[in-house]
Amino acid sequence: MNGYNFAYLDEQTKRMIRRGLLKAVAIPGYQVPFGGREMPMPYGWGTGGMQLTASILGESDVLKVIDQGADDTTNAVSIRAFFERVAGVETTTETGKADIIQTRHRIPEVSLRHDQILVFQVPIPEPLRFIEPSEEETRLMHSLEEYGVMHVKLYEDIARHGHIATTYAYPVKVDGRYVTDPSPIPKFDNPKLHMSEALMLFGAGREKRLYAIPPYTRVESLDFDDHPFEVQQWDEPCALCGARDSFLDEVIIDDAGGRLFVCSDTDYCQSRREEVA
Amino acid sequence: MYVAVKGGEQAIANAHRWLADRRRGDRDQTELTVAQISGQLRLAVDRVMAEASLHDPELAALALKQASGDLVEAVFLLRAYRTTLPRLAETVPLDTAEMRIERRVSATYKDIPGGQVLGPTHDYTHRLLDFMQLAEGRTPEPARAEQALEACPQILELLDDEGLVEREEDDGAEPHDITRDPPDFPVDRATRLQMLARGDEGYLLALGYSTQRGYGRNHPFAGEIRLGSVEVEIVVEEWEAPVCIGEIAISECQMINQFAGTREAPPQFTRGYGLAFGHNERKTMAMALVDRALRGEELGETVQGPAQQAEFVLAHADSVDAAGFVSHLKLPHYVDFQSELELLRRLRRAHGQPDSAGKRSEAADDGVEQQGKRRTHDSSETEQVTQ
Repeated sequence: MNGYNFAYLDEQTKRMIRRGLLKAVAIPGYQVPFGGREMPMPYGWGTGGMQLTASILGESDVLKVIDQGADDTTNAVSIRAFFERVAGVETTTETGKADIIQTRHRIPEVSLRHDQILVFQVPIPEPLRFIEPSEEETRLMHSLEEYGVMHVKLYEDIARHGHIATTYAYPVKVDGRYVTDPSPIPKFDNPKLHMSEALMLFGAGREKRLYAIPPYTRVESLDFDDHPFEVQQWDEPCALCGARDSFLDEVIIDDAGGRLFVCSDTDYCQSRREEVA
Repeated sequence: MYVAVKGGEQAIANAHRWLADRRRGDRDQTELTVAQISGQLRLAVDRVMAEASLHDPELAALALKQASGDLVEAVFLLRAYRTTLPRLAETVPLDTAEMRIERRVSATYKDIPGGQVLGPTHDYTHRLLDFMQLAEGRTPEPARAEQALEACPQILELLDDEGLVEREEDDGAEPHDITRDPPDFPVDRATRLQMLARGDEGYLLALGYSTQRGYGRNHPFAGEIRLGSVEVEIVVEEWEAPVCIGEIAISECQMINQFAGTREAPPQFTRGYGLAFGHNERKTMAMALVDRALRGEELGETVQGPAQQAEFVLAHADSVDAAGFVSHLKLPHYVDFQSELELLRRLRRAHGQPDSAGKRSEAADDGVEQQGKRRTHDSSETEQVTQ
């Protein structure tokens, strides 16, 4: 696009971010502060993910953008259109064809490959933030590996509700060291973080933090021996493709409370329906 | 049969078109020009420049036009443009003592060297709607003096001679640059001032006000407020003296605050400082109050008011940050909401609420086992959940 560099950010900024990413990959789960820039989209709408995508995007890369698992949600459409405009790269909705997948709130259902990169949009990168609001304090807690409060929080859930009441942005421990926020993905997606073949990058624009889970890294969801981590399940399959192994969105179909459940990952659903057809 | 709705792309395009139509308004009216905005809505332009951290009245006016007068949106537009600009040079520190004064008042001395100059101020106007402006009445030319005002000394420098006011020293340290580097709390005063300078005016005003009402009281006096033009200079290689590349209008406020002293330090006046592009007096006063409040810890004062808590104040001051994150709640959260729905249903069943089949669960802590049995497409349960 006229007047702007390839993928919007100038090369120096992209290098700065890539240096941050190298550090993030070297220290899995550690939040690396970076000189986040304003993007022409509002903070909270994926500016962190967009800065990472812009920094790693090459001219021959194929980009996929999803929000809530779907390619056609308005913000996914908007971010995809942005990169088409400022980078002129090829985009796709097919998970298997993408080199880089930028995502908000989901991990695709099909396993990613080692030649793919998943870029997460992160609103609040600090998993301890809602227990301790001060950044000074949480940084100290991370450096001392002082994560007891997080277990106390989960324990209090069990004491009150009978089980852990965190359903998304469920905290994980990366490579046995850093407690990390997996971004607001449903806990259903947490197991996909463990030993993933694909590199996973996390960008928080407003908070100016990035972090990474490199391929084949141990990622454990925090739990207790007598209250092991478990994921959501549905009683019925996807109403469109019949999948029983995917995260389902509840759709209200009439004004009489009629509902059905469909795959949140639209590409997964679509490809399954094509297989049948 | 349910069919997923597509067409986000077309919807977005149409929304943008409609927005442009609304911006233009009634086509029978002449279109507002950018020059009119920068010429006649100058205070809005100044605020946008200050909070966007970019001095460019024309582009700030363009941003205001494009944003249909939404100041926070205009700040965002200009900020997003600013971030793409290369940094060509760094100026030498502005010397506000050399300011070409338009306005300069002190609330601490009746008469001051250089005089009190009211300048173009809303102070002392009676806030009565001027219906003549509705009828497009003519505005008389301003009264003009024979000669321009001399540059005049900073009032606080006068007190400085007696050692009554703390001295501000340049320690020569390279200031942290908040536009390039992430904040690293706790941050030093130079960094705090940068963050406050681009902070939202309404937010700083409320925080400054809170210190006056007792939440971290620090007894302020408006030592000096000045508004005018200063020269911007840069150092050019092979040139001995700094070179002036232009003038910008700025507002500056120096508050004088009491300080009781400690065992080591004698009682002394301390300072709070505010600076902003353009005519931004309210902003600089609020900024000076908050700056002083944030120095509480350094001065050994009890930190009790919200305005004294640096991380709280600074992390939430930026309107681009704040507006973005609040507005992101409009984005879809289907997945997280679905996860919460599932949990809530489980919790309610465990609580003994009838599930969709009208049965009550038997125990309070068997929600997990219940999950396998539940049916979810019954309307009665939707009502429970959405109440």
